[in-house]
Amino acid sequence: MVFGTKNNCVENILTINNLTKKFGLLTAVDNLSFTIEKGNVYGILGPNGSGKSTTLGIVLNVVNKTAGDFQWFNGQIDTHNALKKVGAIIERPNFYPYMSAFQNLQLVCKIKEVSEEKITEKLQLVGLIERKDSKFSTFSLGMKQRLAIASALLNDPEILILDEPTNGLDPQGIHQIREIIKTIASQGTTILLASHLLDEVEKVCTHVVILRKGVSLYSGSVEAMNASHGFLTMQSDNMKMLQNALEGNPAFGTVKREGDYLIVYLNQPMDAAEVNKLLFEKGITLSHLVKRKESLEEQFLELTKQN
Amino acid sequence: MLRLLNIELQKLRYNRAAKVISIIYFVLITFIALIASIEFNFGDFHFRVADQGIFNFPYIWHFNTYVAAILKLFLAIVIVSMMSNEYSYRTLKQNLIDGLSKKEFVISKFLTVLLFAGISTVFIFLVSLILGLSFSDYNELTIIFSGMEYIGAYFIKLVAFFSFCLFLGVLVKRSAFALGFLIVWQIVEWLFYGLMKWQFFKDTEIADNVSQFFPLNAMANLIKEPLSRLGAIQSAANQLGENFTKDYHVTWLNVLIVLVWTALFIYWSYAILKKRDL
Repeated sequence: MVFGTKNNCVENILTINNLTKKFGLLTAVDNLSFTIEKGNVYGILGPNGSGKSTTLGIVLNVVNKTAGDFQWFNGQIDTHNALKKVGAIIERPNFYPYMSAFQNLQLVCKIKEVSEEKITEKLQLVGLIERKDSKFSTFSLGMKQRLAIASALLNDPEILILDEPTNGLDPQGIHQIREIIKTIASQGTTILLASHLLDEVEKVCTHVVILRKGVSLYSGSVEAMNASHGFLTMQSDNMKMLQNALEGNPAFGTVKREGDYLIVYLNQPMDAAEVNKLLFEKGITLSHLVKRKESLEEQFLELTKQN
Repeated sequence: MLRLLNIELQKLRYNRAAKVISIIYFVLITFIALIASIEFNFGDFHFRVADQGIFNFPYIWHFNTYVAAILKLFLAIVIVSMMSNEYSYRTLKQNLIDGLSKKEFVISKFLTVLLFAGISTVFIFLVSLILGLSFSDYNELTIIFSGMEYIGAYFIKLVAFFSFCLFLGVLVKRSAFALGFLIVWQIVEWLFYGLMKWQFFKDTEIADNVSQFFPLNAMANLIKEPLSRLGAIQSAANQLGENFTKDYHVTWLNVLIVLVWTALFIYWSYAILKKRDL
C-alpha cells in the first residue's frame, strides 16, 4: 500500500515489498509493504512484539529477511551505502564505553565517510557540548540517547529512523528528546519513528503504519486513518429536547448519554458553530459544546481489536 | 582499504587494555635479548648462553622467530577481545547501521591482523639483526640474510593464528570462551594425534601425515623447534649415539596448508556474520 500524497512525482526514500521474517515457527513480519516518501514524518505503531524493531532491523542491514525485498532511494545504491545517508537509532544507544563522546562521533564520521566538521554543531544541538570529552560510560541514559541522536545526524541524513527513542527515560529526558525530534522535523527531515507510545506518535507524525503480530493493519495519513468526522460533547438545560432534536436529524449518528453530557457522532463534516446555530433555531440553548476527533489511541485500540 | 584500517585503529587507539597488552608483548620480545646475559659458573666450567652459537647468523633467525612466536598469545587476547567487544558493546550492530557492510567489517578486522603481524615481524627482524650483529661469529652479508625464510614463516604463522582467534571471536562472541575454545582445540588436536599415533595406526607415518593438516599443528610446524639444531646439543647427542637428521626448513606444503586455513577462517568469519541476525 502506498501512502496517498498530493504530489505524484515524489522521491521514495524507502520501499518495502511483501517483506517477511520468520524466526523458526514465529512469523515476526508477515508480508509487509509500505513506502516512505521524502518530507513526511512516519510513525510505526504497534504493541510490543508486533514486528516494529524486526522490520527496522531488516532495512538497516542487521537482520536477514526471509522473503520479499526492500529498496533504499529507488534502488539506486546498495543497502550499506544507502545507510550512510540514513541516521538511525535502534533500541538503546550503542557506543564504545571507553571512548569520549567526541571520539565516538569521530568513528561514526569515518564509517559514514563524512567530514568531522559537524561534530561540534551536532553536539550543541543535543546539548552535550560541555561533555564532549567525557567517556561514554560516564553518561546517563538520557545523555546516551542524545549522543545517539547527534551521531545519527552527523551526515545530515535524508531520513532519521528512531526506534523507541524515549524508552526508559525520565520525564525530563522524554521531553528533551521530543523537543529535538520536533526541531529536526521542522527542518524538513523525513523521520520514521517506531513506538508503542501513541501520544508520542500523535504529536509528531503525519503518517502511520499500524502493525499487529507482524501484519500491517493500516498505513496512510493520520487524518485519513478514521473515516469518521469526529464527535461532539454537549450539555443543555433541557437534555430531553436536545436528544430528540439530535436523533431526528440525519446529520447525526449515534447519540449516547455519558454522565451529564450527550455524546453525538457526526455523519457528515460539520463544525461546532453550525451545530450550535441549528440547535438554537430549534430553541435549544447549549451550556456546553466541544467538538473532538477520536484520539489516535482510541483509533488504534479500535483497529487492533478488530482482527 | 586505508579507511577500514583507520576505523579499526580508532577503536583500538583509546582502548587502554589493548594498548597495555600490546606494549607488554613488544617489551617481552625485546627480552629475548636477555637470554644473552644468562651465565653459569660451575667451578672452572664457565658457561655463557651467548657463546653457544644461538645468536649466530643465520641460526638466530630460526631461534628468535621460534621463541617470539610463543608470545603471540598476548596479541591473541587483543585480537579476540577486539572482536568480542563489538558484540558485548553491541557496536557491531551500530557499525552496520551506520553504513559499514559486513564484508567491510571483516576486512577491517583482517587488515588489523595483518598490521599486528607485520609490526611484530618487523620488530623481531630488527631485534634479531641487532642481537646478531652484536654476538654473531659470522658477519658476512650473504650469511646474515640467508635464513630469511623464518621471518616470512613467522609472518604467515602470526597471520594464521590471529585469523583463527578472530574467527573464534566471531563464533563464540565472548573473549574468555573464545580463548578457552582455543585451548580446547589444541588439546583436541593433540588427542587425535595421540590416538592415531599410538592406538589406531601404530608404527606408521599416517598420524604425522594426517595431523600436518590440523590448523594449530600446521602453524606450529612452520617453524620447527631450533634447539636440537644447536652445535652443543648436536655433539652431545652424537656422543650418546643419537643422530638427528631433521629437516629444519620451512616447507612449501606447510605454508600452503596454513594459508588455506587463514583463508577459511576469514571466509567463515564473514559467512557467520552474514548468516546471523544481530
